[in-house]
Amino acid sequence: MGFWGQFGVWLAALLTIGIISFLYKDNFLYKACEAIFVGISAGYWFIVYYWDNLYKKFYLQVTNHDLTSWERIIPWVGFILGVMMLSRLFEKIGWLSRWPLAFIVGATAGLYMMIYFVSNAMAQVASTIIPVFIGDWATIIANFFIVAGTFCGLVYFFFSKEHKGAFGLASRVGIWFLMITFGASFGYTVMSRMSLMIGRLDFLFGTWLGMIK
Amino acid sequence: MKLNNLFFSSNSSRFSLIFLLFIMILLINGSVFGQDKPVLSDSLNYDSIITASKPLPPVDIRVKDEPGDAGGVIDISWKPSPDEKNGKVKEYLIFRSKSKSGPFKEVGNSTVGVTSYMDNKADLGVGFYYKVASFNFAKENGNYLWKSMGESEVYGPVKSTAQWFNIKRLNIFIGIIVLCGAIIYFIFAAKSGKSFYIRKIAGIEEVENAVGRATEMGRSIYYIPGINDMDDVQTLASMTILGRVATFAAENDTRIDVPVSRSLVMVTAKEMVREAYSKVGRPDSFREDQVRYLTDDQFGYAAAVDGLFVREKPATIFMIGAFFAESLIIAETGNSIGAIQIAGTAMPAQLPFFVAACDYTLIGEELFAASAYLSREPKLLGSLKGQDFGKAVFLIAIIIGVILESFGIPFSKFFMAH
Repeated sequence: MGFWGQFGVWLAALLTIGIISFLYKDNFLYKACEAIFVGISAGYWFIVYYWDNLYKKFYLQVTNHDLTSWERIIPWVGFILGVMMLSRLFEKIGWLSRWPLAFIVGATAGLYMMIYFVSNAMAQVASTIIPVFIGDWATIIANFFIVAGTFCGLVYFFFSKEHKGAFGLASRVGIWFLMITFGASFGYTVMSRMSLMIGRLDFLFGTWLGMIK
Repeated sequence: MKLNNLFFSSNSSRFSLIFLLFIMILLINGSVFGQDKPVLSDSLNYDSIITASKPLPPVDIRVKDEPGDAGGVIDISWKPSPDEKNGKVKEYLIFRSKSKSGPFKEVGNSTVGVTSYMDNKADLGVGFYYKVASFNFAKENGNYLWKSMGESEVYGPVKSTAQWFNIKRLNIFIGIIVLCGAIIYFIFAAKSGKSFYIRKIAGIEEVENAVGRATEMGRSIYYIPGINDMDDVQTLASMTILGRVATFAAENDTRIDVPVSRSLVMVTAKEMVREAYSKVGRPDSFREDQVRYLTDDQFGYAAAVDGLFVREKPATIFMIGAFFAESLIIAETGNSIGAIQIAGTAMPAQLPFFVAACDYTLIGEELFAASAYLSREPKLLGSLKGQDFGKAVFLIAIIIGVILESFGIPFSKFFMAH
């Protein structure tokens, strides 16, 4: 590894230690690492957005004569909406910036209505409608838990009816199902985070200090 | 220079001999000139193999425009070649041309057992001719030893057209109509003065207390709206809740800080907080730096928020919106400084962390119900009631469906998206 390679390893190691030092308490090293991280990432994303949006999605589109005139006009709509956002800098015409916001919010709601209805409602119901008396015992038990868990979970998310009596019982069973699922998910995610930590330690003790061959 | 001298003079003769030997070896191995045409053994007659292996073409070929789409797709289907059973078909090749007489170009293939192909590169409104061929071959080291095809007749022309409605998605259309109809009906009912019950949502019940705690302690409130942009419904719901939280804070004259990771969220959050201060008659108390942009980077944002928490030690922290892997990093730091924390997200993978590290958690749809619960606006209340109606329909459908499926009557297909 050359000089710059070694320099990179040392820099990464010191920054890693700086961030980890936060576990002890807030300190100068952490503050320095935080400032570097925030500053560099903000600058990085500025450049990414410039090339991805202003250059690729706007400049290349409007100057591409292979496209139809309509296809070359469309990017101007986005550009004008973007410029309208900058009107916030001027007090008198600041209200103009609400238009692009309204456009984004409205378009988002319309676009996602179908997607969420299909994937979060119809598909989930279709997957829950399964036979509970057919198959071997393991299948019957598994299917029963799927149906009961979904049913009771859905009851928990009823807001316009008081949760008492049988309805309340189903709701309480529903929250139990949710909590057991969360517990399993928690354990699974913690294990995956452990692998991230092992990766960092491997870098520190292996790549940097050379103690792990 | 004479030819003899070139080949047999002292140095050049050795070179020439080596060169000739090298060429001969290459020719024998076929590595230079035989790459596309493998060397045939004298005992084999490939023409006879090709003739004997030529499969019969597939039968009953049908070519039609894909119904209920935006155009550009033509469906080709066939029945297997009679030679498929004999193992003489390895693939089916699909050829396309704009003219009946050709030239035909291969546009796709399908393995044996699959008897349809979707040509999704057919230009809208252009007539295309198709033929399907049964394909038999032998390969060695990735190169064809021989190949043989049985081509069908030419079918067409077929044009792809666009349709307004996809009849296969009628179930979704009915579902949307029922749900939207219920929501609109309940919104009108709420507007006409009908009152609706909403059950208590623990996390939301505590919002006012949490803001009051910050006021009593003389410390600030932090509101973290997640790391997604305004094109996420969770961020939209978060902004509505921010408006209510900021109103409580402004009423109590308690500072609320909103560090954000997206420029559009910053603009929206600024509007919400400014409006909240104006609504309670304290527009001058609002400071521009209360809502500030940090960085778009996920962990850069998490590092910065952690730093702000430990240095400013807010009394109350709200984490409401779309969160990812940074959720526990932020929530655990908030917990370590002793702040009361109310979180809410619809990200299933992050909910466990909020449940573990926060005092109150809005689980999934509670996040969306919270804005109606807080504001008690007829529009939001009616919408919530309409959504509950939709859930009731689905619950009934599940019960009926499970009973029918258990008796072998298919029902789940109605809810499947095509």
